[in-house]
Amino acid sequence: MHHAFTLSGATLHALPSGALYWPAQRLLCVSDLHLGKSERLARRGGALLPPYETRETLHRLEAEVDRTAPATVICLGDSFDDLAAVRGLEEEARLRLARLMAGRDWTWIEGNHDAGPVEIGGTHRAQVTLGPLTFRHIADRSEKHEVSGHYHPKLRLKGAARPCFLLDSKRLILPAFGLYTGGLSVDDPALTALLDPPALAILTGARALPVPLPLR
Amino acid sequence: MHLPPPLTDWFAAKGWTLHPHQQAMLDRAANPATLLIAPTGGGKTLAGFLPTLAELGQTPRNGLHTLYISPLKALTADIRRNLRTPVEGAALPIRIEDRTGDTSYTQRRRQRADPPHILLTTPESLALLLSYEDAPRIFQSLQRVVIDELHALAESKRGDQLMLLLSRLESLSPGLRRVGLSATVEDPPALARFLAPTGCDILQADPGPDPDIAMLETEAPPPWSGGGGRYAMRAILDEVRRHRTTLIFHNTRAQAELFFHDLWLQNDDGLPIGIHHGSLAREQRERVEAAMAAGQLRAVVCTGSLDLGIDWGDVDLVIQVGAPKNVKRLVQRIGRANHRYNAPSKALILPANRFEVVECRAALDAVRDHTLDGEPRGPGPRDVLCQHILMTAASGPFDANELFTEVTRAGPYATLTRPQFDACLDFCATGGYALRAYDKWQRLQEKNGLWQLRDPRSAALIRQNLGTIIDTETLKVRLKNRFGGTPLGEVEEGFASTLTPGDTFLIGGEIVRYEGLREMTVEVTRQPGRDPKVATFNGTKFATSTLLTQRILELFQQDAWPALPAHTAQWLALQREVSRLPSPDRLLVESFPHDGREHLCVYGFAGRNAMQTLALLVTKRMEEQGLAPLGFVATDYATLIWGLDPVTDAAPLFDLAALREGLETWLSGNAVMKRTFRATAIIAGLIERSNQGRRKTGRQATFSSDILYDTLRKYDPDHLLLQVTREEAERGLVDFSRIEDMLARVEGRIDLIRLPRVTPLAAPLFLEPGRIPVHGTGRERMVEEAARRLMEEAGLA
Repeated sequence: MHHAFTLSGATLHALPSGALYWPAQRLLCVSDLHLGKSERLARRGGALLPPYETRETLHRLEAEVDRTAPATVICLGDSFDDLAAVRGLEEEARLRLARLMAGRDWTWIEGNHDAGPVEIGGTHRAQVTLGPLTFRHIADRSEKHEVSGHYHPKLRLKGAARPCFLLDSKRLILPAFGLYTGGLSVDDPALTALLDPPALAILTGARALPVPLPLR
Repeated sequence: MHLPPPLTDWFAAKGWTLHPHQQAMLDRAANPATLLIAPTGGGKTLAGFLPTLAELGQTPRNGLHTLYISPLKALTADIRRNLRTPVEGAALPIRIEDRTGDTSYTQRRRQRADPPHILLTTPESLALLLSYEDAPRIFQSLQRVVIDELHALAESKRGDQLMLLLSRLESLSPGLRRVGLSATVEDPPALARFLAPTGCDILQADPGPDPDIAMLETEAPPPWSGGGGRYAMRAILDEVRRHRTTLIFHNTRAQAELFFHDLWLQNDDGLPIGIHHGSLAREQRERVEAAMAAGQLRAVVCTGSLDLGIDWGDVDLVIQVGAPKNVKRLVQRIGRANHRYNAPSKALILPANRFEVVECRAALDAVRDHTLDGEPRGPGPRDVLCQHILMTAASGPFDANELFTEVTRAGPYATLTRPQFDACLDFCATGGYALRAYDKWQRLQEKNGLWQLRDPRSAALIRQNLGTIIDTETLKVRLKNRFGGTPLGEVEEGFASTLTPGDTFLIGGEIVRYEGLREMTVEVTRQPGRDPKVATFNGTKFATSTLLTQRILELFQQDAWPALPAHTAQWLALQREVSRLPSPDRLLVESFPHDGREHLCVYGFAGRNAMQTLALLVTKRMEEQGLAPLGFVATDYATLIWGLDPVTDAAPLFDLAALREGLETWLSGNAVMKRTFRATAIIAGLIERSNQGRRKTGRQATFSSDILYDTLRKYDPDHLLLQVTREEAERGLVDFSRIEDMLARVEGRIDLIRLPRVTPLAAPLFLEPGRIPVHGTGRERMVEEAARRLMEEAGLA
């Protein structure tokens, strides 16, 4: 079950999967997919992690696309772990992505991992403004009406840490949608410096759960 | 084989004569493999070194002659001191040095360039040495390897790794002779096969007289629950006063800390007493070891870190606080006292709570009857082999056929098949996935028939990950000041994350105040005289042996307990009155409400690991039945499960066929398996162990190994590491065979008793650490409730 809230007058749904849905615009937004992460690590002589995270992440994205049938999809940056990862994408993943993109307005926002052109279609933007909201990868403290990603926020409640959305009156920060992604605790100074009270964390998991911040 | 005359003269001057088994070791110096089994205090270590001293003689040739390997850093330092005494006394030009994780960088580099005659080290440091390209040069002159405390090493993956390293050494220095030194074990031939599968002489020294061992009874009864034995502080101080030097053993580090703190509060005479455990900073440990060696301490409060054969000279009393869990280990600990051959060791066992009174009684009976416990280990685990293959690759290109032959010369891997070996090699090279994703980015590549690292830089990563000891994540603790501050030790990361500035906890026997976290270091200030929070160190937990649990169940069947102190006999009688006492041929299950939760207590007496598995399987069945279990805790004798709803029919929960089926499917998503997987993945080199110094602050670059486990389960269920995880679990952590034994014993005779409150026997379980959450509907309900409450409080609902 999703959690509905408003930001700059727009009614948005935080989905339990970590994706964002904007019904009025029929817009689905996901951040930090980090597709091709295991391939990049292996290429650089690091660990040989189970090479299934791209499949799994696309599988989860597919489920959200099927459920919400969006007209527009925004991938909010760090969609690929690096530019070479786009080229290293398995054929199956490439086809799956093409199927997802077909018939939709699909925008890739530049991230710090995957700046520059992407060679698999869709529109490529540094940032994009729709109605009252601006979508960019990294939050800008001086801006408002903003939706961003980048930080992979996580919150520990009753023992287990879960990825979460962060919301205040000016901005929304999305959790990482990708499978092989670590997280930054919401009490990290990098995140607390971005949020003004009263702020809210929305936990992902079986259902989207809002929790007021800061936790005591 | 004869000792060099100056050494014989020095022995004679000191009035030393060789024990028969020491002479026997000299006589068998040419043996390719010898296992010496001798009680502590029998000069076992010297016996191992005598042939070396004889061979090196008065004019030793340059180069490494003998490698000594012990499981403990402290032991290598101790042996270095003890061995140097006769060598320097006889003015023999023999260089003896140790090399451990504590050895300085410059010293380690010098040792590689110019090895000493005798090098004292640990399995992990040896693995590191062998991973260097110059290993063949370092070890070319090696003649002998002496492995101390082999019985302890053989119980863990460290021993499996060490045996692989020995095979490697043997390839580098053909004709290498190996000696294993061991305390009394239940199955000497099995240990000999472990050391040298192709044939090994077993030499048994005279076991010496029976120990003088009793339960320490106090005027005040032990508490109903809990551990640590602090109730008996006065009695213990009296014993310390009555003896020259006392070792006070605890089962966990946290207990040792608490005990030591209280001991000092009551130590009115200011007796010099120290503390020693593995979480303390090296400087702290070394200070205690040196003071002990110099005879300046009257007692040392310690844990398993002092379990092994460190020579404490004048120890004349050992006190074991808490039930020993295992008769064999108790016997070995007792051996710490009276390090003189042919004098009985003196020991006292102090039960920490009333249940342990029963357990200690059972252990004393077992010692008296000379019964030792022990379960045979299976073949060498393959995650250790994967690490060994990577280590070999780091040292240089290798031939797969030769490496396979070498590996199967190691005792634990004697039955390894070629396909099994090839699967491990494939894992190291490509990750071994069903999806061949990394053929382009292989870690190892075969070139001209030799396997080698694709990227030579990965050798550094491999070296960082060597070793099979997997610690829980810990943070260093330092006194706060401008210059970084005195290191005090370390605490678990999980514990550190619960601290807020102003909190106090115990470390190294002193109370400190948490000030904050700086660059992954816990900064503290001294804060005497406050009530501390307790540091939760990761103490090793052993499962009580089958032998001991069986003896306990039999003891329960007595009509009265004259051999037990009155308070404990009364407690058992009370349990019999309000509920029942567990018996060998029935399964007692109690159900009662407590603190707003429903509880189920299952007295299976199958040992900690099996009881944990039982809890996992039973909570899964409860989840299926909608009983919303929230978590459980397991001890050696019982499992306590709490949840939102009561259990009214126990029999369906304990159906063996259903449990066995559950075991298979359950492997998918539980915390114990994930923990096992993490250890296996680190050992096999899939993920890196986090290095405290290197870890980034702020953003965690790493993600949980649980995600990898779940991913493999879903996409690659037959992957090598999942196979190893399963094997591991079935062998040790899961211990399903003991559940089967228990249910076979019970044959369906399950007694579910509904009670209004906690029973006497169940009470201790509420203070047991290591509570494991069940992630099911119950927890989901609670997280939702907590979130809703927070929203309401914030006026946002």
